[in-house]
Amino acid sequence: MSDQIPTTTSAAETMTGAAGADAAVEVRGLNKQFQTASGIVHALEGIDLTVEAGEFVSLIGPSGCGKSTLMRLIADLDVPTSGELTVFGKTATQARLDQDYGIAFQQAGLLPWRTVAANVALPLELHGVASAARRTRVADLLEMVGLTEFADRFPDQLSGGMQQRVAIARSLAEQPRLLLMDEPFGALDEMTREKMQTDLVRIAADTGAAVVFVTHSIPEAVFLSDRVVVMSPRPGRISDIIPMRLDAAEGREERDDDLREASSFFEMVTEVREALHGGASDGENPAPRAARGVDTR
Amino acid sequence: MTATRNDQRGEVAVRPANQSGAVANPARTRLFGGFLWGIAGVVLIALIWEGYKFFGPDNGVLIGELRVLPRTTDLAMPHLWDMLTRLAEPVTRADGALPLWAVVALASLMTLGIAAAGWAVGVIVGVVFALLMQRWRLAEFGLLPWIVISQTVPLIAFAPIVKSWGSRVEIGSFEWQDWMSVALIASYLAFFPITVGALKGLQSPDRIHVELFDTYAAGYWPTLVRLRLPAAVPYLLPALRLGAANAVIGAVVAEVSTGLQGGIGRLLIQFAGQASGDPSKAWGPIFGAIVLGLVAAGSVALLGMILKDYRRTEEAA
Ligand SMILES: Nc1ncnc2c1ncn2[C@@H]1O[C@H](COP(=O)(O)OP(=O)(O)OP(=O)(O)O)[C@@H](O)[C@H]1O
Ligand SMILES: [Mg+2]
Repeated sequence: MSDQIPTTTSAAETMTGAAGADAAVEVRGLNKQFQTASGIVHALEGIDLTVEAGEFVSLIGPSGCGKSTLMRLIADLDVPTSGELTVFGKTATQARLDQDYGIAFQQAGLLPWRTVAANVALPLELHGVASAARRTRVADLLEMVGLTEFADRFPDQLSGGMQQRVAIARSLAEQPRLLLMDEPFGALDEMTREKMQTDLVRIAADTGAAVVFVTHSIPEAVFLSDRVVVMSPRPGRISDIIPMRLDAAEGREERDDDLREASSFFEMVTEVREALHGGASDGENPAPRAARGVDTR
Repeated sequence: MTATRNDQRGEVAVRPANQSGAVANPARTRLFGGFLWGIAGVVLIALIWEGYKFFGPDNGVLIGELRVLPRTTDLAMPHLWDMLTRLAEPVTRADGALPLWAVVALASLMTLGIAAAGWAVGVIVGVVFALLMQRWRLAEFGLLPWIVISQTVPLIAFAPIVKSWGSRVEIGSFEWQDWMSVALIASYLAFFPITVGALKGLQSPDRIHVELFDTYAAGYWPTLVRLRLPAAVPYLLPALRLGAANAVIGAVVAEVSTGLQGGIGRLLIQFAGQASGDPSKAWGPIFGAIVLGLVAAGSVALLGMILKDYRRTEEAA
């Protein structure tokens, strides 16, 4: 492997680098347009957003408002048409090469010929982690997503929700400082979903990772986030950024299932809902409800 | 964490129970079923053969001047048991002559070796072409049309010319052998389906998988080894099978047209020439050729069995 990039190295590099206090993601005046047969699609327009290191930010908004596009730009899978975008003070490309983020896509995207364990091990394998270390890490991750017994199964033998959990484990494999997650819990049942949410909050707190999290569920966004970014479509814009004031939980470690029943939780849910509807209704289309994710784009 | 354990149990309780039993068996049942069908097919053909020979008119079935079904004389259609007993008898009346089956087997083995060499060359050339074309779009535009056109040149018809070219090749101590001309023609027929199949396979990974490897900053080689090649297997296997069949046909026909001694192609012609005196003998090499084809196809099928995990899809079955 000529281009193995041990994660420890990249972390050390940025520590010694000048900018120790760089934001995880810094976006200034970002535009993204797609050239299509029927004309130009303004997927994102004038996006300004800062995600601090260790901060949990959710993106919410109706289907097609550019959430996935923004995530792909941060992940350097696509390039902005104009504007600035830095990840830990570096260009998105450099951050990708340095393996500064882990990503879970809207679809699981597992390799069908690899077992569950081998799928989770893939990034570790590509970056030359020794096989003994790899095995313990994979075992830990599978334990966390509750799939220990399924380690030797193949993806086609799992349900959609289980596949998604494997993908989440894979995105966490290298303990990235930034997690990009595009509706990762969309395919999960409510019970598993709540459990994964609680786990994710804990993992993010433990590792101090910043998270950019796309979701269609308002309660999910409220429960997880430090701030909720509300977006509106055509063109994709940020219409509101709402800080979550959940008295129950100043530190994120303290977010647990009790919080779901706290009154401050419901206040925040209401606030986000109003922002969503308000943001959408000042456009041409009067108050389209934030559709819950069915779009598979 | 406790919640995990619980729902794990729930899933575990349902899944392995109906899987360990259900997954292993269908494959075996299918294999067994395929075997039965194969035997049934052979028996059916034998029945039709002997049935027609028994009931059909000596002179065959004619419509006007046109014979639409063959004569049923022993000369044109020997009894199956005659063919089989003939296999056990010596080839010629000369002393110490090998039994027919052994001669056929030796010849088949030689042809199989030549076809395998041709197939191997075809695989290497085909995969290299596919790798080049996958890596560089420009190579695809530049090469693919020529590769397609190459197949319109019936090299097999020029076999004698290929042989005479070959006989002029002499590099140091290396001397071109006649069998190499035959292998070359076999590889020429084999590489085409392999090129096309491999290219399609290498290009087959979904965008999401390619992008995943991008996010890992994986370069060309890691992506090739861990993504593109495994993803190509389902496309490669049928291509390899087709290539094997082409290599066998190419080898047999090229043997005939270059007049190479010792292979099954030569034997087919030679014994067919003796058919008026010994009609059953001509069928020996025909059986040999059939077995040869089966062995070639079977070897690739074996390869497919070894690589079975690479033929899975992402979706639940
Ligand atoms: N590759 C592309 N080519 C053309 N248009 C695109 C492309 N990718 C996205 N778009 C357009 O950009 C807009 C935003 O798409 P995006 O996938 O970011 O939406 P989203 O907010 O993630 O939606 P969802 O909630 O349904 O996942 C859509 O109008 C979409 O049609
Ligand atoms: Mg999306």
